[in-house]
Amino acid sequence: MNALASLRVALTALRINALRSALAMLGVIIGVASVIVLVSISEGTKQAVEAQIASFGANLLIIRPGSSMFGGRRGGAGSADPMTDGDVVAIRTEIAGLAGVSGEVSASTTLVFGGINWTSRIQGVNPDYFSARGWVIAEGRAFSGAEDVSGRRYVVVGQTIVQELFDGASPLGQAIRIGGQPFEVIGTLERKGETSWGQDQDDVVFAPLSTVRQRFGAGMSATVRDAVSTIYADIAPGESTSRVIADIEDLLRIRREIQPGAEDDFAVGSLAEFIRARNETESQLGLLLAVGAGIVLLVGGIGIMNIMLVSVTERTREIGLRLAVGARRADVRNQFLIESIVLCVIGGLAGLVVGVGGTLVYAEVGQLDIVIDPVIVAIAIGASAFVGVFFGLYPAHRASRLNPIDALRFE
Amino acid sequence: MSALIECRDLVKTYEMGDQVVHALNGVSLDIEAGEYVAIMGTSGSGKSTLMNLLGALDQPTSGELRIAGEDVRALGPDAVSRFRNRTIGFVFQQFNLLPRTSALENAALPLIYSGLPHAERVKRSMARLQQVGLGERTDHHPAQLSGGQQQRVAIARALVNDPKILLADEPTGALDTKTSADIMAIFDQLNREGITVILVTHEQEVADHARRQIVFRDGVIVEDRS
Repeated sequence: MNALASLRVALTALRINALRSALAMLGVIIGVASVIVLVSISEGTKQAVEAQIASFGANLLIIRPGSSMFGGRRGGAGSADPMTDGDVVAIRTEIAGLAGVSGEVSASTTLVFGGINWTSRIQGVNPDYFSARGWVIAEGRAFSGAEDVSGRRYVVVGQTIVQELFDGASPLGQAIRIGGQPFEVIGTLERKGETSWGQDQDDVVFAPLSTVRQRFGAGMSATVRDAVSTIYADIAPGESTSRVIADIEDLLRIRREIQPGAEDDFAVGSLAEFIRARNETESQLGLLLAVGAGIVLLVGGIGIMNIMLVSVTERTREIGLRLAVGARRADVRNQFLIESIVLCVIGGLAGLVVGVGGTLVYAEVGQLDIVIDPVIVAIAIGASAFVGVFFGLYPAHRASRLNPIDALRFE
Repeated sequence: MSALIECRDLVKTYEMGDQVVHALNGVSLDIEAGEYVAIMGTSGSGKSTLMNLLGALDQPTSGELRIAGEDVRALGPDAVSRFRNRTIGFVFQQFNLLPRTSALENAALPLIYSGLPHAERVKRSMARLQQVGLGERTDHHPAQLSGGQQQRVAIARALVNDPKILLADEPTGALDTKTSADIMAIFDQLNREGITVILVTHEQEVADHARRQIVFRDGVIVEDRS
């Protein structure tokens, strides 16, 4: 008996008991559908997190001063000595495996163009900042290292500024007044959108660091003239994050004259790791749900086995007849096995339709990211076929071991 | 030339709990090709046991059994299936048709296990259904057919593989007198065409169609008349 004939026999048997077949499939349908929905949502969340990390700069390190210690009294965050241009240069020149290093200072200010004004922050940065933070120039250019050093009054603006001050028109070459001083717009940045906590990332104005320091007094105090509030370091692809962090920490401990055994008065943090850690629990929850869906599939398989056992008992005479007219034991076993597999694969396909549909509805209603991975779809269908084989084997084996004489007499 | 069926000292015992039942107790019998035989006896006489052995559905406890030159006891399970498929056609009292399956598909069932292609299966089973007078109802399901018609489908199924032996177990047991006569006429005709027909029955009227009657009692042949 060939496979095609077996398949035809199986389909006929399933059609004859259409309702029962459908009910038997239900467990597999729900199992496969929930696997697809849960994995799609979990994958979507993961990708959203990665996108968020990329929008900050995928391999970004943030270096900030910590708290000061004065006579046993600890100051607040950032109260220790600030980072300086000297630290930026030292990190840039002495730490291996960095793609770029930039300091940052900022000042709150009002931008004016024509009759329109807009309050924002002006950030003074080094040219490496743009690549380190994952900014892409949309139009024009960023300022150069030489322009940074010489303190040119150039700005590169985000799309919110383009919208608010220029009503969406190209601002290149336009002069805007920032804190009463004229600046030329030399570039615009591609849109990043909002962060997951709703902050507008495009409401930004960047100028050379020295310009902001000179013009706005940012990062200057009575004692320190070249402070930066934060240093951003971009780790080159393929470099070890922990190694680079350790190197920077060693360097800064020497520069800040911290005694061996004393605590660091600064912090080197990885934003990507922070965000991943924050989402760790979420992805573990996703895994847990996927395990739950797998259990549903398992229960579905037990349902299939139950139905197949009932079917074998009901069709004892048919099995006896088939054996009498020349079916080999393997033919009978294959017939029931194929029935079980067909049942599960049809259930799997129905589950696929329900799962993909459910995922799309969920994404639409919840405004959430989803990723329907063809690999997961293939795995779900494969898993249902496996359930068919696994839970069909015992009933099929039982059918094939029947004695034709007893089976024919079965009432 | 040896006989189509050769039985020598056939013994078949069953264990029922702690009792040993001798269903057949030393049966020797030859049936030649083309014979028309009725095997008779009351319930428990051993006739059904013999039927199962002749149909290669069961193996004797001891003794020799050769059917169409084949030593049935030497065949493995798959070989015995193939042997039944090619050599023996079964007709049962309860027809044993597959429900919700057309007459054509029912008649073609043994051919699926012969490995014939679909077109050939249709052709052969159609011819057999016409031979038993059901050429017009090939797409009917068993539930849409009368008892007599169902038994005709079963006979077509038994004949579809051109068997050497037609084994019929109480073929008219579930039919009324008129229909029984029609079915017996088919067996008579088939035998005239050269097929060896073996009937198992307890009805004298049915047995009278055969040219040889073998009567069983307590697992042994008590009468063998031609």
